[in-house]
Amino acid sequence: MTSDDDSLRYANLMIAVARDADKAAFAALFTHFAPRVKAFLIKSGATPAVAEDCVQDVMATVWRKARMFDPARASVATWIFTIARNRRIDLLRRDRRPEPEDLPWGPEPEPDQLDSLVLQQETERLGEALARLPEDQRALIERAYFGDLSHSQIATATGLPLGTIKSRIRLALEKLRQHMS
Amino acid sequence: MIRHHLSDALLTGYSAGILPEAFNLLVATHVSMCDECRARLQAQDAVGGALLEDSGAVAMAGGALAAVLERIGADAPERPAPRRASTGIFPTPLQEYVGGDSDAVAWRSVGGGVRQAILTQGPDSSARLLYIPPGTAVPDHGHHGTELTLVLQGAFRDETDHFARGDVEIADEALEHTPVAEPGAPCICLAVTDAPLRFNGLIPRLLQPFLKI
Repeated sequence: MTSDDDSLRYANLMIAVARDADKAAFAALFTHFAPRVKAFLIKSGATPAVAEDCVQDVMATVWRKARMFDPARASVATWIFTIARNRRIDLLRRDRRPEPEDLPWGPEPEPDQLDSLVLQQETERLGEALARLPEDQRALIERAYFGDLSHSQIATATGLPLGTIKSRIRLALEKLRQHMS
Repeated sequence: MIRHHLSDALLTGYSAGILPEAFNLLVATHVSMCDECRARLQAQDAVGGALLEDSGAVAMAGGALAAVLERIGADAPERPAPRRASTGIFPTPLQEYVGGDSDAVAWRSVGGGVRQAILTQGPDSSARLLYIPPGTAVPDHGHHGTELTLVLQGAFRDETDHFARGDVEIADEALEHTPVAEPGAPCICLAVTDAPLRFNGLIPRLLQPFLKI
């Protein structure tokens, strides 16, 4: 579990990578996230050796795509999760998964500080809610996210409060659209 | 204005990466058209992020960081290439399956003016495009599994409601319905199932093996 400060710190490190190609910032992110991505891949069925290789691919992608990270719409953990998930689908030859059309613009060069702050805090709240879930409910979510559940077994919602995060992301999308028109 | 959205279960499955291919295609196509579901999906991705943060860590091998830094070399992070949203009626993920927009679809007649084109067919799911002239009904049918229908052009109505561009109808086994295309432009839909369709009339049932649906 991270604190609000950690979430913000990682977001700022990502921005340093994106803006200044800051390798020290990248090394700090690597130290925190690479072992977590490795655990995620192993829990998803990869052998430790394969997972080790894949983490390197994932972290190289984190560097390459750093400018796509938008702190008003995702935490660093969320953004890295999506990269790791896509790598896992390739790796385990899961069903092909087309991606939605990209927004026709990248994140704003200077993301709104307050929007980023609130989104990062809300993501922390979600982490706390996840930690408080009853064990069986959390186990079901883990099985889904570690690819150990078929889609027909996900009959109900996760029981996690996603409304506030959704509203913040929606707001950020609207701002981006206004900004572009 | 989109009125019928994706379900939480579909967004969870897509975020977790465990949906069959045809369902992935429909979710990606709808999200391309719907900021509400784009935001819901990104909120769902935050669950994956929270799990990544909080489900343990396995130490990397000694030289891992150095190896990644060497791969990165002197390259700065990429500048995002300018991207263009689809200008046709099919969002980009669907265009990639069709090989173009609605004028590139290899339609086959299935009778009564209705046409279809199968996009992908696997053991777990199939996706096809349907072309329904205004006022025409798709044969009354039930489902063994789940059927999702996303409207791309025109509109249809059935026993449950009215569905226009961007709307998704989620039909489970319990629903027996007869979608009828509304007046105006021909109705074009993306329909996906996780089981073969079963038609109730005798003739459509006899045709089913030939229609591959």
